[in-house]
Amino acid sequence: MTEPLLVVEGLEVEFATDRGWVQVLDGVSFTVGRGETVGLVGESGSGKTVTSLAVLGLLPAESSRITAGSIRLDGRELVGLPRRRMEALRGDELSMIFQEPMTSLDPAFRVGDQIAEVVRRHRGGSKRAAWARAVEVLSTVGIPHAERRARSYPHEFSGGMRQRVMIAMALSCEPKLVIADEPTTALDVTIQAQVLDLLRAMRDEFGTAVVFVTHDLGVVADICDRAVVMYAGQVVERAGVDALYEHPRHPYTEALLSAMPQLTARSGRLATIPGSTPPAGAMPPGCRFHPRCGHGVDACRDTAVAEHPLAEGGTSRCLRVSDLALKGSA
Amino acid sequence: MLRYTVRRVLMMVPLLVLVSLGVFALVLMIPGDPAITIAGENATEAQIDATRERLGLNDPVLVQYAAWAGHALTGDLGSSLFSNESVTGAIAGRFPVTLALTLAAMLIALLIAVPAGVVAALRRGRWQDRGATLFASVGISLPNFWVGILLIMAFALAFPIFPAVGYTPISEGVGAWARGLVLPGITLGTAVAAEITRQLRGSLTDTLQQDFIRTARANGLSARAVVLRHGLKNAAVPVVTVIGFQVGFLLGGSVIVERVFGLPGLGDLAIRAVLQRDIPMIQGIVVVAALIVMLVNLAVDLSYGWLNPKVRQA
Repeated sequence: MTEPLLVVEGLEVEFATDRGWVQVLDGVSFTVGRGETVGLVGESGSGKTVTSLAVLGLLPAESSRITAGSIRLDGRELVGLPRRRMEALRGDELSMIFQEPMTSLDPAFRVGDQIAEVVRRHRGGSKRAAWARAVEVLSTVGIPHAERRARSYPHEFSGGMRQRVMIAMALSCEPKLVIADEPTTALDVTIQAQVLDLLRAMRDEFGTAVVFVTHDLGVVADICDRAVVMYAGQVVERAGVDALYEHPRHPYTEALLSAMPQLTARSGRLATIPGSTPPAGAMPPGCRFHPRCGHGVDACRDTAVAEHPLAEGGTSRCLRVSDLALKGSA
Repeated sequence: MLRYTVRRVLMMVPLLVLVSLGVFALVLMIPGDPAITIAGENATEAQIDATRERLGLNDPVLVQYAAWAGHALTGDLGSSLFSNESVTGAIAGRFPVTLALTLAAMLIALLIAVPAGVVAALRRGRWQDRGATLFASVGISLPNFWVGILLIMAFALAFPIFPAVGYTPISEGVGAWARGLVLPGITLGTAVAAEITRQLRGSLTDTLQQDFIRTARANGLSARAVVLRHGLKNAAVPVVTVIGFQVGFLLGGSVIVERVFGLPGLGDLAIRAVLQRDIPMIQGIVVVAALIVMLVNLAVDLSYGWLNPKVRQA
């Protein structure tokens, strides 16, 4: 059997702080198959963005380091790849869409030129051909009058349209993998739905695998095949989306699901998860979630928990995985 | 962009009127009667009266201004009180020297400042950055007449590579012309280089932390393209502003540097005119200097429109 498109194995990342190097990712492992959409889910500070930047090789060189683990794309090891080789892969084989469409495009260049620059970087060819390709992808992502709009500057687009431009740029060289980091968070709800539809359509058209980074489990249900739930720099649960919603196997997933607003239950307060993610460098011993967990026992406090493989596939990083019956979402 | 340009050019007209009023008021502000100054200390009452009449000093102020401004518009700035040389002619003769000196200084400044600023921004906190910052502080602090004298001692006297003083017109050979500009150019350009380095370092550091730089990197653009295309163009607005200011500084600084290096430029002419109280000459030089500064500001503003497309709508 051939390897999945993206394999992340035992990834450990440290950041430089005033107190020295502090670990922010601890043994992160997951895979993404060809054309598959995987949700990377967690609160702020869970390590999901650090994970995606590590995959792209975009972690700040001076203040961070990968201390262990492996990231393989299509069988090729990316950890330790020389800078120039990594640059050549980015935008060509894998690419990223960011959260802030308002600030993520260069205000000083026409959008068509920005896309054409990426195309020429990876595909070569004439300026004219690259421009034609830019117009083509802009039109594919649903920019009306793409021929004319390619000549516009970013400030002449609305937020939703700019996000479409970002998607067009990321897909211009038909990468095998796109990481979308909260691509809809900064947008209006109606625009969010449009952008999600677009990402789905692009995935189907280009066969691109998508890693969808989000804190919104509703979006994951909407678009993803599988989910990887992260907490405090660790993967706590991996499961297919349906299984995750019906039978979460980690208390943190259960808590995230119960924190989702439900249209059917209008009364009462919205559920929250008590406490907050521990800061890097001050992780509690034992299970990292135990101070906020409603199911904790004494053993959770001092035993570091490994990922338990589950019979139905997937993993859970919970000591009580075999004796807990957790509540799914209705 | 065309509308922006036209609007910006039209905005210069009221400014020019204000400048001309200020320059004209110079005559009125000088203590004492200019007619006495001009006619000389031993002139008789009749001679002074005649002088006053000849200069139109008996007319109402507005009439005097209209006459002067009208002539100025046609390029006639009057004639020197001492040599009877036409002011326009004197300025035209000196202007190429000052222009060459200013351009040489700016060229040298940019050749130093752009690499230094980029390296400092990319190697922030390391020795390259510290070196550039040190250069910036020292360069701004050194008085340029002193730098000029040191350079003459080193590279004209001890090691006679460049001429110590004097100006060779470009018509007598480009090589000799350029050689004569090296030392004054360095002298005048050092402080400008220091200022631009400082500005570029700060501006580029900010720009490189912007989200769109991350986007460019995420799409595989080389580090070089990211910094030199996307970084520099976005970092340029405050830097170009400083460059514009520095042209004013260069015009002022050339007064001293032209003296040190014996260059027959506008600065040298200005000093002589001030010492002799040659009022038409002073007026002419101030008008021309103001015009240069305004044109430089125009160029700076137009470059904003190119660098930052949002400005064009404003």
